[in-house]
Amino acid sequence: MKPVRVAVSAVLVVAALVLQVAIFPHLAWEGIVPNCCLLIVVAAALVRGPSFAATLGFFAGLMLDLAPPADHVAGRWALALVVVGFVAGLMRQDTRPAASTVVATVAVASFVGTSVYALTGVILGDSVGGSGDLVRVIVVALLWDVLLTPLVVPGVMRLLTRLEPAGAR
Amino acid sequence: MRLPTSAPVRVPRLLRGYRPLRPGPDTFDQRADRSRLRSRMFALVLACLTVMTLDHHPGPGSPLEPARTAMGSVFGPVESGTSAVVRPVTAMGDWFRTRRQMQNDIASLQSQNSRLRSEQATSEYARNQLAEFRGLTSAADTLGQALVPAHVVAYGPAQSFSRTVTIDAGSDAGLRPDQTVLNDDGLVGRVLRVTPTTATVLLIVDTESVVGGRVGASMQVGFLRGRGGLGDHGTLDLQLVDEADAPSEGDSIVTWGSRDGAPYVAGVPIGRVTAVYASLRESSQRAVISPYVDFGALDLVGVVVPSGTRSDRGVIEADGSLQ
Repeated sequence: MKPVRVAVSAVLVVAALVLQVAIFPHLAWEGIVPNCCLLIVVAAALVRGPSFAATLGFFAGLMLDLAPPADHVAGRWALALVVVGFVAGLMRQDTRPAASTVVATVAVASFVGTSVYALTGVILGDSVGGSGDLVRVIVVALLWDVLLTPLVVPGVMRLLTRLEPAGAR
Repeated sequence: MRLPTSAPVRVPRLLRGYRPLRPGPDTFDQRADRSRLRSRMFALVLACLTVMTLDHHPGPGSPLEPARTAMGSVFGPVESGTSAVVRPVTAMGDWFRTRRQMQNDIASLQSQNSRLRSEQATSEYARNQLAEFRGLTSAADTLGQALVPAHVVAYGPAQSFSRTVTIDAGSDAGLRPDQTVLNDDGLVGRVLRVTPTTATVLLIVDTESVVGGRVGASMQVGFLRGRGGLGDHGTLDLQLVDEADAPSEGDSIVTWGSRDGAPYVAGVPIGRVTAVYASLRESSQRAVISPYVDFGALDLVGVVVPSGTRSDRGVIEADGSLQ
């Protein structure tokens, strides 16, 4: 099942990335778009745990860092999504998670992800706007991600569960 | 044998069903699992830090530049295709305008019309001026500037704190890094890097962007820095070289231009002065510029290329002809 799993994850991440840079900007609020890659990583974490999700987060983040029009120091989104995958993976449970748990996990993940990304920017001397902008970006991105959760996360979780039932792990 | 029983721990409802973080006696399997997770996390974080170190100075010298180019040539066409598919849908916004909006439009157009009519009465002088400007335009012809038209196909998310876009023209269309990008409102930015089919453009509102500017009214020169503002209301800071002379509100700013027109050609309108702040301590003046271009709704842009550039699409020459 492993090659299938890798292929499906890759397709999901590429689709999320294209959605994020080419379609959502038309609906964006002040240029802030839902972070679809982060939602995929959270869904993977809730189904398959921290190890798989952190690895997926690394590759998804690297894509976000390198695909045009990105122009920041590469590795920043990769680190942010690795942390997100790990943190969200700790929330995995053996039964199917309740809707409130999923939403709470996404909210925490979005906050952690955007914050880690901004923090690395501060450390590396990359541009991050003023602190007012920073807070606004984190809050709006969190709202966007939570808003999009019911449309993306359950479907991805179901797909990943079907790919590899919990018993076969 | 009986295990010692401990008092039942109260678990919050949100966390019910989770494996407790510190289970009782570990089985060997669980311990192996945990150490495997720890080593994988260590490897992943180390990989991230390595990538960041390698790419610490992004630009042509970065060892990750080939990877960026490769990703660009894979993702560029996908982004262009997706954007082409959704363009008819996004353009539909104009269809759903309310009657009130249209009435507002009519009112503003009528007032514009009457203003134009009154201006026509005093147009004799303007026409003479125009003749002079024509001469300048023909001089601009000999500068050899031509435009490659392109569409904006992808926007960098504001979460990334950098203002960049992808356009659907690349080295096949005759683009090179450090070329000026503009649209019919004014200066948009400059080309950062190209792939065969796409190019990444740094917008002038990005905090990394510095443009040489000239105040139209006084011919003073200065530098415009982006402030990285979000959304449509990005603004620029203008710092004049001669700090004694302040621009006044409403002055328009155009590009100063650099040698061989790289990265910016001269005379492209940038924006209007909206506020001037004086700092007594530093005895300098800071002006805030509101750009003419609406960065929240970029679509068709032009890239300034040398005249006679070979391109995979029509090139708009300086005299208005299409090649």
